[in-house]
Amino acid sequence: MTGSAALEIVLLSLKVAAIAMVFSLPLAFGVAWLLARRDFFGKSLLQALITLPLVMPPVVTGYLLLVVFGRNGYLGHALHGIGLELAFQWTGAALAAGVMAFPLLVRPMRLAIENLDRGLEEAADTLGATRLTQFVTVTFPLVLPGVLAGAVLGFAKALGEFGATITFVSNIPGETQTLSLAIYSLLQSPTGDQAVAVMISISAGLAIGSVLLAEWIGRRIRRWGQQ
Amino acid sequence: MSLEVSLRSRVGAFDLQAQFIAGPGITALFGHSGAGKTTILKMIAGLARPDTGRIVAGGRVLLDRAEGIDLPSHQRRVGMVFQDARLFPHMTVRRNLTYGRWAGKRKASVDFDRIADLLGIDGLLERYPAGLSGGEKQRVAIGRALLSDPDLLLMDEPLASLDNARKREILPYLEEIRDVTGLPIVYVSHEMDEVARLADTLVVLSEGAVLGAGDAIEMFSRLDFGPALGRHEASSLLVGTVADRAPNSGLQTIMLDGAAALTVVNSKLQQGERVRMRIKARDVALSLNRPGGISFRNILPAIVQQIALEDSPYVEVLLETGGQALRARITRQAHDELGIREGLSLFALIKTVAIGQRTLSERR
Repeated sequence: MTGSAALEIVLLSLKVAAIAMVFSLPLAFGVAWLLARRDFFGKSLLQALITLPLVMPPVVTGYLLLVVFGRNGYLGHALHGIGLELAFQWTGAALAAGVMAFPLLVRPMRLAIENLDRGLEEAADTLGATRLTQFVTVTFPLVLPGVLAGAVLGFAKALGEFGATITFVSNIPGETQTLSLAIYSLLQSPTGDQAVAVMISISAGLAIGSVLLAEWIGRRIRRWGQQ
Repeated sequence: MSLEVSLRSRVGAFDLQAQFIAGPGITALFGHSGAGKTTILKMIAGLARPDTGRIVAGGRVLLDRAEGIDLPSHQRRVGMVFQDARLFPHMTVRRNLTYGRWAGKRKASVDFDRIADLLGIDGLLERYPAGLSGGEKQRVAIGRALLSDPDLLLMDEPLASLDNARKREILPYLEEIRDVTGLPIVYVSHEMDEVARLADTLVVLSEGAVLGAGDAIEMFSRLDFGPALGRHEASSLLVGTVADRAPNSGLQTIMLDGAAALTVVNSKLQQGERVRMRIKARDVALSLNRPGGISFRNILPAIVQQIALEDSPYVEVLLETGGQALRARITRQAHDELGIREGLSLFALIKTVAIGQRTLSERR
């Protein structure tokens, strides 16, 4: 395998994981907020639903994605109408990664929101801050460590997603072949040993890098409270 | 500028009903824990909602359930100091202090430097809350509330989480704020010491109901509150002017309004300053004749006004001395032996050592 092919795989993986995060982060924050702050009918159901990708076999999640978002799927057909193709496309890989990472995003965010001292929002309220200003100046900065923890965890998960991705968008080099899928292909090939080692190193490096980044960001944020 | 409060709220079995007017100066809401003090404060601040009620601050209606008026907290212009300070941990002291301006869009009608200087926090401005002592945090919280340009100030047991040394550190600042800003301050406390020192108006609460409200000095002299004001803490407030300092004796004379003189342990107060003294009822002894050969330095002629017989070995006696009210707590046995009755002229004895630094406070 050439260096440029390896680079292409890495860049595709990063693109898929990044796009997955861009779309799932705000949604996950909204869900975390609802679960932490609101009581509503069907709360347990929502909670169960977002935990599903974590407990279901990934191949089942991939199959369900195919059923819903495939060209003849319930939503896939409509999306095809507006020119958005998901099945067997890199965009579909991003969707699979986002869905699989979702529970990992929600959990730390929910914890951070639940642990926030609401007395601080009350204090901001008496000082004249509107709900929106309270959120921007007090709530969000203080739950940011939880958001970042979720984002890094989710990003790492999205980067390495395998089962749902291969089921939903298959393993197409240059289109949907992310790192994990490439490693899988190389393992099938009798001459792939060296390339596998390279890919695995890159994969592990990216994962360790994200965790270190999360640690560093966390330390920077915690320093607010310690000066 | 005054605050009119009339509230009614039922939460489970707890029925809260409160009605009072807070004028300029400090209005203390006093009561044991669970009396509903903090809930009333939250309702004034707009952080809790009563079932029915009306709150008017300086002619501005903050709440009128009957009229459907219920201003959100951020529109009420009510500064609140919480028991636990509640400083924003991710902002410097300066950003905390100015929060009302940059986040709350409040006018900068109070001078920042003056408040920082007044509260002695001008050296802390670039620090973060986590690095401050409890007393410093509370001073910053008070400054933050003042700088949000409020129409009134609410304080929810601001000293409760501090040790005694820190309390003594903050009290003078509270007195300073009362005198300098002229804002009505509603001060919640269950500490008699603080109330005696700070309150101009006193509202006595018990189990969600107002037992009485009015001028603090008059309220202290009422015998009918019984345990709500604390039996052991029962006391009266005397007002006077600091006279000369007796050289070398370590003592100082205070001329009580009504001409009697009182000897107290030397305080840092200057001649001519107005002071309020808290005299605990159990520190006052009674004598039918002016006694001689006795260590009591303060012997005040007094007339018995009222007697409250309790279902206990004690009797509460309300005296009048030079136009001021003085409470004495004596045993029922002494009461019987001396033949204490209303209208009787006698002498009230107060030990000088019972009137120390901590029972004295400066008044305007």
